[in-house]
Amino acid sequence: MELEAVFKPKTMAVIGVSLTHGGHPANVVYNKNNLRHEAEVFAVNHRGGVLQGKTVYKRVSDIPEEIDLAVIATRAEIVPDIFQDCIEARVNGAVVISGGFAETGRGELQESLVSLAKKAGFPFIGPNCLGVYSPPYIDTLFIPSERIVRPDKGGVAFVSQSGGLLADQMVKFAGEGVGLSSAVSIGNKAMIRELDLLKYFAQDKETDVVAFYVEGFGRDEGRDFIAAAAHCPKPVIVLKSGKTIGGKRAVSSHTASMAGDYEVFSAVLAQYGVVEARNEFELLSFCEALSCYHGPIQGRIGIITGSGGHGALAVDACFSQGLSVPLLSERDQDEIRRSVSPRVQAIASFANPIDLTGSAVDEDFMAAAQFLSKKKEVDCVVILLLPYLPGITSDLGARLSQVYRREGKPLIAYVPHVERYRMFIEGFELNRIPVAHSIEGAVDMAEAMRRQQPC
Amino acid sequence: MLNKEIKEIISASKDRGWVLEPDAKRLFSIAGLDIPHFTRVNTAEDAIRFAKKIGYPVVCKVVSPLVIHKSERDGVAVGIMSDEEVTETFERFSGTDGFAGMLVEETLSGIELIVGAKIDYQFGPIIILGIGGVGVEIYRDIAMRMAPLAETDVELMVKCLRAHELLEGYRGSKPVNLKELGRLLARFSGLVMDLGEMIESIDLNPVICSSTKCVVADARIILKE
Repeated sequence: MELEAVFKPKTMAVIGVSLTHGGHPANVVYNKNNLRHEAEVFAVNHRGGVLQGKTVYKRVSDIPEEIDLAVIATRAEIVPDIFQDCIEARVNGAVVISGGFAETGRGELQESLVSLAKKAGFPFIGPNCLGVYSPPYIDTLFIPSERIVRPDKGGVAFVSQSGGLLADQMVKFAGEGVGLSSAVSIGNKAMIRELDLLKYFAQDKETDVVAFYVEGFGRDEGRDFIAAAAHCPKPVIVLKSGKTIGGKRAVSSHTASMAGDYEVFSAVLAQYGVVEARNEFELLSFCEALSCYHGPIQGRIGIITGSGGHGALAVDACFSQGLSVPLLSERDQDEIRRSVSPRVQAIASFANPIDLTGSAVDEDFMAAAQFLSKKKEVDCVVILLLPYLPGITSDLGARLSQVYRREGKPLIAYVPHVERYRMFIEGFELNRIPVAHSIEGAVDMAEAMRRQQPC
Repeated sequence: MLNKEIKEIISASKDRGWVLEPDAKRLFSIAGLDIPHFTRVNTAEDAIRFAKKIGYPVVCKVVSPLVIHKSERDGVAVGIMSDEEVTETFERFSGTDGFAGMLVEETLSGIELIVGAKIDYQFGPIIILGIGGVGVEIYRDIAMRMAPLAETDVELMVKCLRAHELLEGYRGSKPVNLKELGRLLARFSGLVMDLGEMIESIDLNPVICSSTKCVVADARIILKE
């Protein structure tokens, strides 16, 4: 299925704009794209007229230019006619925002759209969806511009069965500095489904990670999705809702009782190294981490800290995620000890976590990071950076990033997220080192890489 | 491809919705899985004759189309040491609803595992491996994978179990034969792929595994309605 025109259209028709009601979803979509996005937009309403000094066309086929994408926000009954018109006008695809299809019991109306579209090779997203946010080309999410929070352009494509959750995650992605290549609300997913979007984003050059919020798959659909995800060259993350445990229903075999819908879902994802995010916090951390690092790790974590308490909490978080924190040998400990400044040598501990104490200076963090990045016993380094230690400078984030650049071992930082510490955070992020705002968040980022390891 | 006898067993059990234990065992034996020496008897005398032939202790189980979970209906007796006990057990089982004979089989030793299959709505045929026995749903210690499996999948599945050390040789006991277990899983998964939509789920519970072999000591096949 050719979806380039849906995500990166040059021209877009918004069908169903109102000449009298400025708050109509179609008007919201028309206005925001007209003012803020690259695609050229055309308004369509079957009565015709003029909106904000521009022609409103009666039909898509009346528009003098070739249209790549049609966004449809009309009453459900007339959508099949509009499809017909779009197909005749050789539009390349559609986003159907309109509700009133299978979700209200009108499955036949929805099926009529699917059969028209399939026959004509006319891909469409929806119906009953928020549509597509694909900067800088288009934004069909009918949320007023002043209230939507837009993450920066970045490498994560996010596909959601729920429009509300999509809008909410965009707020959170923006807050955490996770950039999006596209966000798609698939609504009733009548024609374009998760698998089609996985295939599209797998080859999309602007996407590095493909994340999904899934409520459920159709019959055997999970099997095809997993096969495609396992072959996807980019990390695939899935957050599943409806984690009802098995054994609630009366079933006659132990296997059916224990292998409930969710248990199977979760196990199959793990089997193929498709990353399951168990909640929205993991989803966010995983998207951030896997935007930076694409390869799986075994999950042997080296921890560098300036405070014993932080180190201990990080170890606890590692254990509860099933990550290991290997003890360093006496010889290794001696070697790091010799490489740090004399006053730290006497008071620090080097067993892993490496606790450099509050007396540490930039060079001590650099030496410890350099050492762990070369040790094969450790496959990821977590640095708990406390920006208020007197001996360190705000340049430390950028300096530590150079260690990663040199050695190539994944590095994850924890820095408290307040404006005052912005420079530390930027030092890492500009070098594509993920930065968490909590200790657990940093450990979750390492876990994201481990879950890519098939098990 | 399924052979003729397997198809016959399935179609003969269709109305009941599940396959009786002796038929299920026959089916798995055709598919290349190891099953215990056993026979189905209708008299205590036949039971004693077979028990003497294979040697005590033996296991006796009730056969009844009305009893799907035998142990819940007191329909399994293990460690039977004498002719008298066989007779006693036979008489007790005779009172079971729908009594249709008794199985007498050899006593096996090893770790009790469960190997199972389910046709999942979203993902199709799924295979499980876990700690088996009567307490299987209490421990809920299982690993699951999408079928078909390769023989090498067994190592990853065992590693996923909380009780994996039990299989790897715990406190001086011999480890279970992973090669045999892997062979059993791969054959079982191949059979499940062939049965496909005919079944809803299967329990092989217990599969008794030792350092030399893995034997399907009991089997339950739930057919699709």
